[in-house]
Formats: sequence, structure tokens, C-alpha cells
Amino acid sequence: MIENPLLRHGLLVLAVMYLAWSLGSLEIDWSRTSQGAERAGRIFSRMFPPDFSRWSLLVRGVTESVEMALAASFIGMILAIPVGLCAASNIAPRPIYLAARGILVLTRTFHEVIIAILFVKIFGFGPLAGVLTLVVASVSFIGKMLAEDIENMGSQQMEAIRATGASFPKVLIYGVMPQILPRYLGVSIYRLDANIRHSTVVGIVGAGGIGQTLSATFSRYDYDFSLAILLTIIGLVFLGEFFSNWVRGRLR
Amino acid sequence: MLKIEALSKSYTAGVAALDNVSFEVAEPQVVAIIGPSGAGKSTLIRCINRLVEPTAGSAILNGENVTNLNSAGLRKARRRMGMIFQEYNLVERLTVMENVLSGRLGYVSFWQAWRRNYPPEDISNAFKLLDRVGLSGFQDQRADALSGGQRQRVGIARALMQKPDLLLVDEPTASLDPKTSRQVMRILVELAHELSTPTLLNIHDVPLAKNFADRVLGMQDGKLIFDGTPDELTEDALTLIYGEEDWKPEAKAGSPAEQENADSPEQAAAV
Amino acid sequence: MTDGTAEAGYPDIWRRFTPRQTLVRYVWFLGAVFVAVWSVRHLDIPWFYFLDAHVQAADLAVRMIPPDWSYFDVIARPLIETIHIATLGTIVTFFIAFPIAFLAARNTTPNRLTWFIGRFILVASRSVNTVVWALLFVAIFGPGPVAGIWAVAFRSIGFMGKLIAEAIEEIDEGPVEAIASTGASRLKVLLVGVLPQVLPVIYGTTIYRWDINIRESTVLGFVGAGGIGIQLYASINQFAWDEVSLMLLAIFGVVVISEYVSAMVRQKIT
Repeated sequence: MIENPLLRHGLLVLAVMYLAWSLGSLEIDWSRTSQGAERAGRIFSRMFPPDFSRWSLLVRGVTESVEMALAASFIGMILAIPVGLCAASNIAPRPIYLAARGILVLTRTFHEVIIAILFVKIFGFGPLAGVLTLVVASVSFIGKMLAEDIENMGSQQMEAIRATGASFPKVLIYGVMPQILPRYLGVSIYRLDANIRHSTVVGIVGAGGIGQTLSATFSRYDYDFSLAILLTIIGLVFLGEFFSNWVRGRLR
Repeated sequence: MLKIEALSKSYTAGVAALDNVSFEVAEPQVVAIIGPSGAGKSTLIRCINRLVEPTAGSAILNGENVTNLNSAGLRKARRRMGMIFQEYNLVERLTVMENVLSGRLGYVSFWQAWRRNYPPEDISNAFKLLDRVGLSGFQDQRADALSGGQRQRVGIARALMQKPDLLLVDEPTASLDPKTSRQVMRILVELAHELSTPTLLNIHDVPLAKNFADRVLGMQDGKLIFDGTPDELTEDALTLIYGEEDWKPEAKAGSPAEQENADSPEQAAAV
Repeated sequence: MTDGTAEAGYPDIWRRFTPRQTLVRYVWFLGAVFVAVWSVRHLDIPWFYFLDAHVQAADLAVRMIPPDWSYFDVIARPLIETIHIATLGTIVTFFIAFPIAFLAARNTTPNRLTWFIGRFILVASRSVNTVVWALLFVAIFGPGPVAGIWAVAFRSIGFMGKLIAEAIEEIDEGPVEAIASTGASRLKVLLVGVLPQVLPVIYGTTIYRWDINIRESTVLGFVGAGGIGIQLYASINQFAWDEVSLMLLAIFGVVVISEYVSAMVRQKIT
């Protein structure tokens, strides 16, 4: 891969030096860590068999997660349209474009869980904070894709519609929308699937859904129920991915 | 009908793409604009419907000065100017019928446009135009399924759907083969005469211009330097517009004239 | 044609869709709206919270400005720890992901059972979020960066393994057959025939995952798995908003820089 031997060995030395530095500077409790294998064995033995007896709690958590994902995807999909239009340099005036791009960068940089905890502080515990978090993440994701698609589309089709004397909204629905609609729907469906995955974690900071239940089982050492929840989440994510692929396949 | 007065356009670099151009089209005629690549033909046409903003001068259509209209007025004025493009510029994912009907977008409400709910007379007119350009039965095909010549004919139908007072045509045949070019030109010129619509036509192909136009304008470096009938477009006139060259049709292969011709499609595509 | 009346002999009705197509479109649309509305209603959202949300948000903004710059001394170490967690986690992944990718790629896996095991590991790894992995590893190793490193690694295996397996399935079989025909052992075929072809992809996805992992590592502290998240969580719970805003700024800077570095390196090697 790297032809120059000096560079290759130099990189190797650098890597070793980095390892030494990073491992040395981390505050690692080695005695605690060394018990890891033994503890892992104990935890895993406590996990089996998974305990599905509290299924009503499980079903309630999962339903809440799915509902959060559905609501957030739908709202996010709609709000992403104005944001995406504003963030496309070939449509929006410069100041609006810069503001929209700024918002997109800002929301994309922060992890969902950070956004979730801020919303929990503003709106209190519960699914509202979770829905809002997922809405922000969805708008950011879909909006960015939409803006890029609009910037990459053929400007000539738009020019032709403009030349007929059509107003800006009509230029949007005839000159822009047909070019970007299939991918917009595809990205939105993909985001639904991503939201289902993320809805399982925002609960860990108290923003509703199955994550809240999962986090509680870990603090109570309730590992057989933890495994039941984890298996359910894996099943749910699998279903979500399957559904998303199916719909996207149908969108040609 | 159309009066162009001292129209100028300079881009930021300060080079004049269009330099003080004035002429008048007083009767419904097909006016071909010829000239070398970069002479400002395309800029001239786009300055009239202000897809490109002119820097100075005015374009007056039926007594109305298009150059100082506000955006609502400009949209009204654009409804009366049909435009046909080199690359057809159809909305590829829409059907032929939707593309043709989009010529009426300036006249219908947003909701009607959204629902594709156009007035019956627009629809029958669209069917008639599709028939006239030889595409009856194509209404439900998607535009990206058509050949180049078919697309340009949809482009012509779309422009004529506007019932325009002026047709602006930008290199309609530059992306087509010679035979299709002639077919498209014939349909275009026939319909323009039949509907008494004055037509401004950019074209790099001199024989086509001589064949089909009623009047020829020659441009060079953003200036209008020739205005006459096709018969007046002599070798001297061509030399004036394009520069020194052996213009005789019988000039031998390998002579500079032939090379120039061989280059022209690429040049046109690059415009 | 200029008179604006209907043209005799031509149809004056045209529909973009057949009634059946129209119906199907409406059903899809209304179905989506119904599901969304039902979800929101069923969540029992206390809408009155929105009444003073703007006041709360404004209040929060005021308390966040100006950031408490002096607190930077406290967060410098955790910030570096965050980067270490991401980097070390990615390095661990690098070594685990590609044997699993060889199992999960159809053309290099020994048999159907190993292929299935490979695929299962990848799916399980991707289905569980980094933070959830962190919960598990905190229980195993106790709070601290070690749990964070393993959490990052376990989530990344699925991501990188999947991309590498796809790259392996698309390799050019020519060199592989040439080496196999010399009678080389299976391992040798993999190392000499397959590996060089997928190395660029492996490097590329590793760098790409590294910058995702930086972002993920910023929140691991919320469940005790090390990094800046521990301080962030503490400050939020103490309503020390001027410290929070400083940390958000620092995180923003680190994430943006790592994204830039990652993009630059990937452009260089591909």
C-alpha cells in the first residue's frame, strides 16, 4: 500500500507511540478491568434464559419507541422540505442558504443523545423529548440529502419551466419536484428505519421508549430481562430494515 | 411587435457579451440569428425574456417594455414568450402531456397545476399540438423515453401551448442529426407562419438558416453586424460575420471550410 | 388556436393516473398520515409544555452565554480521552472486523454455516446501539474508558464488517484463481489473492468509522463509559449551563475537525 519504506516504518513507529501514550493517559482501573472476564461470565449466565414474563412492560416500551419513530419520521419528512430548499445554493438566496447550512451542520454534529438530554431538560422526562430529538435528527438528515439532490439536479428543466412564466411555487412542483421526489421518499423511508434504531437509545437519558426500560434493568442487575429487551430490539430493527428495503424496492 | 433598443449585457469580468444591440421585428417573420460561438446569440435571446438580466437597453414586446417589469409583470410577459431550447429541457420524469401542459402554468392556479387539472380547452389544444408535431398517441409516455427529435417536438408543442406573441428558439437543432434537424425546423417554421408568431431563432447552421428563415441577423463579439434577407447572405457577408474563409459549397474536403464544419457540433454543444 | 376555445375533434379530458392508480396513491398517503396522527395521539404528549417552551429555551440560551472558559482546564483531559476511546475502539475493530468479513462474504467463507455465523454477528452488532453496548460493558468492566472502547468496537464491527464483506464479494476472481492454482493454502490465498484487493476499502471504512466513532464517544459518559460525556452529564444535572455550553462548543470543534481530517485522508488513499 505505502511504497516508501521510510514512510511506512515511520507510520508504524508513530502508531506504537500513539498506543503507548493513549493507554498510559487513560484512567483505567486495571484491577476492576481484570475481573472483566469473570464478571462477563456471571452476567451472561444470569442473562440466560431471557425473561419474557414481563411482556406487558416490554410491549408498552416497544410500542412507544415505534410510535416515537413513526411520528418523528413523518414530522421530520415534512419539515425537511423547507429546510432542504433553504439549504440548496441554486434555489435559496445567499443569507438564507448560509443560515440553513449552519443549522444542518450544528444538528448533525451533536449526537442524538446530547440533543435528547437537552430536550429532557426543557420538556421533562417522557416521549415528547424523544420525539423532538428524532425530529431534529430526521430534519437534519433528510434536509441535507434533499439540498444535495436539488444542487445536483438539472437546472435546465427548471429554466424551461421558469420561461413559461410560472411562479416560484409552480417552478418547484414542475421543475424541481419530479427530479427529486423518488430519492426524497427513499431517504425518508430509510430515516424511518434509522429512527426506529435510535428510538431505542434516547430513552437511556429519559426521553421515552424501550431504552428507558432497558437502562433500568441494567441498574437493577435484571440481566435476564435485559436480554429479553435486547432480543426484542434486534428483532424490531430487523423488521424495520426489512420494511424499509421493501418500500424502497417498490419505489423503483 | 418586438423592438430591441441598445440591449447590452456584460458579465462580472467586464467583457461585453451583448454590446448595444438594436433591431425591430415589425411583422410575423422567422428571424435567424447567426454568428460564431460566443458571439452572444444565446445571451441575446435570454435577455429578452430575462432568463439572463440585461445590463442596459430595453426589449419592447407589443408596446410593453419587458426590461423594467417587476417580477409579477415579468411572469405575465414570459407567458407571452414561448421558448425552445437546444437540449429540449423537458422535465424528464413527467409525461409528454404534462410537459406540453406546463406551457399553461402561467395561466392556471397552483392547485390546478398540482392536480394536473387543466381547463378542457387547454387539453384539447395540447392533443391538437401533439398531433401537429407528429406525436399523437405519445401523451402518456415519459419524456425520458423519447428520442432527441421527439423531445424537441414536445418542446415545440410546449412553447406553442403558451399561445405566444413571440417565440424564442435557442439552437433547436444543435443536438440533432441532419435529417431530424430539417424535420424539426420544418415543423417549427410551418407552425410559426401558420400562427403568425414572430420567431427569433439562434442557429449555427448557415444552410439551415438560409433555407428556413425570412430574415437573417449576423452577430459577432456581442454586436449586430448584419441584417438582411437570406439572399443577401453572400460570401462577403459570411466573411464579415465569421471571418476570412472559403465559403463556396464546392470547396474541397480537407480545406479549412470542411474542418470548420466538422468542428461546429462540438462548438455548439459547448455554448 | 389563438381564440382560446376547445379544438374540435380532440379529446378535452386527460388524466395522469387511472382511477385505480389514483386510489392507490390516496390510500398510501392517507395511511401514512393516519399512522403518524395515531402515533402522536397515542403517545399522550403534554402539549401545554409547548406553551412556555420558548421561554425555557430563551432562559437556557441566556444561561449558556457566555461559556465558562475557565472550565476548559477541567474538560481538556476528558476531551482527549474521548478521542482516545474512538481511536482505540476503531483499532480494535480493525483487527476483529476483517476475519468476520471473510466469514460473511460468500466467496471466501468456508461453508454455509460459517457464512450464517458471520452474517449473524454483523447484524447483531449493528442492531445494538453504541450506548446500549456501553451499558453492557460498564456492567462487565465497571465505569471508565475500557467499557467505552469495547462498546465502540462492538458497534463498529457490524458497520465495517458489512462494507468489507461487500467489497470482498466484488473482487476480481482472476488473481485469486491464479494463486489457488499454484497449490497455495487457503490462508495464503486469502492473504495474497484477496487481501490486497480489499485493503483500500478496509482503510477507507476504518477512517470513515473513526470519525463516526468520535461523535459516538461524546455520549458514552452518560452511561459511565468514559469521555467528555461524564462531565457533560454532571454539568447538565447541576444546571451549570455555562459549563454545558463550553463543552458543546468543544465537542462541536472536535467533531468538525475529525470529520475534516477523515474526509481528507480518505481522499488521499482512494
